[in-house]
Amino acid sequence: MSQRIDVTDLNIYYGDFLAVEGVSMAIQPSSVTAFIGPSGCGKSTFLRTLNRMHEVIPGARVDGKVELEGVDLYGPDIDPVAVRRNVGMVFQRPNPFPTMSIRDNVLAGVKLNNKKIAKSEADELVESSLRGANLWNEVKDRLHKPGSGLSGGQQQRLCIARAIAVKPQVLLMDEPCSALDPISTLAIEDLIQQLKTSYTIVIVTHNMQQAARVSDKTAFFNIAGTGKPGRLIEMDDTATIFSAPQQKATEDYVSGRFG
Amino acid sequence: MTAATEATHVLLAGGHKARQRKDRTMTVLIWGAFVLAAVPLVSLLWVVISKGLHRLNGSFLSHSMRNVFGGMDAGGAYHAIAGTLLITLGASVIAVPLGLLVAIYLVEYGRGPLARAVTFFVDVMTGIPSIVAGLFAFAVFAIFFGPGIALGVMGSVALALLMTPVVVRSCEEMLKLVPNELREASYALGVPKWLTIVKVVLRTSVAGLTTGILLAVARVVGETAPLLIAAGTTASINFNLFSGRMMTLPVFIYDQYKQGPVPCRAGAAGVCIPTINYERAWAAALTLVLIVVVLNLLGRLVTRLFAPKLR
Repeated sequence: MSQRIDVTDLNIYYGDFLAVEGVSMAIQPSSVTAFIGPSGCGKSTFLRTLNRMHEVIPGARVDGKVELEGVDLYGPDIDPVAVRRNVGMVFQRPNPFPTMSIRDNVLAGVKLNNKKIAKSEADELVESSLRGANLWNEVKDRLHKPGSGLSGGQQQRLCIARAIAVKPQVLLMDEPCSALDPISTLAIEDLIQQLKTSYTIVIVTHNMQQAARVSDKTAFFNIAGTGKPGRLIEMDDTATIFSAPQQKATEDYVSGRFG
Repeated sequence: MTAATEATHVLLAGGHKARQRKDRTMTVLIWGAFVLAAVPLVSLLWVVISKGLHRLNGSFLSHSMRNVFGGMDAGGAYHAIAGTLLITLGASVIAVPLGLLVAIYLVEYGRGPLARAVTFFVDVMTGIPSIVAGLFAFAVFAIFFGPGIALGVMGSVALALLMTPVVVRSCEEMLKLVPNELREASYALGVPKWLTIVKVVLRTSVAGLTTGILLAVARVVGETAPLLIAAGTTASINFNLFSGRMMTLPVFIYDQYKQGPVPCRAGAAGVCIPTINYERAWAAALTLVLIVVVLNLLGRLVTRLFAPKLR
């Protein structure tokens, strides 16, 4: 069901600029992996290479390997569109499609791809996805209302429902709670705990308590200075990273001495 | 009052008078500018309506100028209305897809020297004098059909030439307004780029695109000079863009006004109206204004129907 990701010696470039250098890591299936680190250290950039979303930016490229269950995502016969169907993504700011109803937003992956779907099947998919995102009870009576009328936290859960409706194996989350209040954040964190039984989840967060609360493994990224590439400093079990990290930089960061 | 209260009061009350004076001055200036801008508009509408309404009736809207001469109380702009609508439709059929596709290229695909060149030439095209567009259309068709040719479709080509850069510019601005987050949301769902453009970018901006396109139509619907050269003048109804001259409303107005007052014989007051040509010109002007108003109302309607809703 959920799949593992292995990254070996990944360098990420924007044009000639090396943004992230030499990252190797293994992301376990059915678990939550958190990326922490100061702003601009390349966590989000790295996250976006895991479903080839960084290619949307002109001039962005990588060398090295990203393997999903042993298949190189950057192999010559790999279709980036198919990769993104398999590796879903939730963004920092909730971004439901403003022209679509709640129901259509959940079905966006199907409808935007011009796929035909029977009404009963669509109803089922909408209900299961919204239930999966813990939103069903709040919106079941107004599925035909616009998605942008929901509160920020509800919109973000709608985006998660939209992402899981295409049935991905992996779910990437780029600071999914940074635009939300504590109550909505709690709702999303609970949701992440439920989702990890069926998906591999990778989450970027600036909130170290959040990383400690939700993740099984934590990776710490750092940057030596402006203009230098970001690097993976250390990756280990979350408990170890927050109690007994190997590296001095990690300890300084998690204990709040910088960043 | 303690010293601290006193000091705070001075701090908070200071400069009050001077700022209030500036506020008044600016308010007066801005209202003055608004009135100054509105006066010509209102007076134009008033003149067109007061002079045109008299002759704007069913007979004017349903008759051509065929076999109408002198000061006859007859004739109308039916042929010119049909010509204006058909030629503008023809111009839109050429310019809207072309302009929209160029705008999509510039916003979604264009990088480097080619995109910069396209932007530059679109800017240059915006400044083409309309008479030059008319001459260009004439020159192109004269190559194939010989000199002296005037067709409705030539008028469409000339207007399309003027319309395309306006469509490109306004559509480009509208497409740029679509937040990148929506494109990314679509890509992240495994939707290919072309479907993202068609179903997310165009769908989200359709209200703005419609407004932009209608403004471009309004911009060319009143063009006179290029049509005078390219579509010519005629007194007869012609529904065929590809055969024969075609009258249009602006050319009709010009044509009527040019003919001036009619010298009537004494005693012919009942059948000969000296100012008939002017009256027809004003009625046609009012018709043209009404067409533009209807286009704008249609635009509003489309905007309202397709704009993203909140509740």
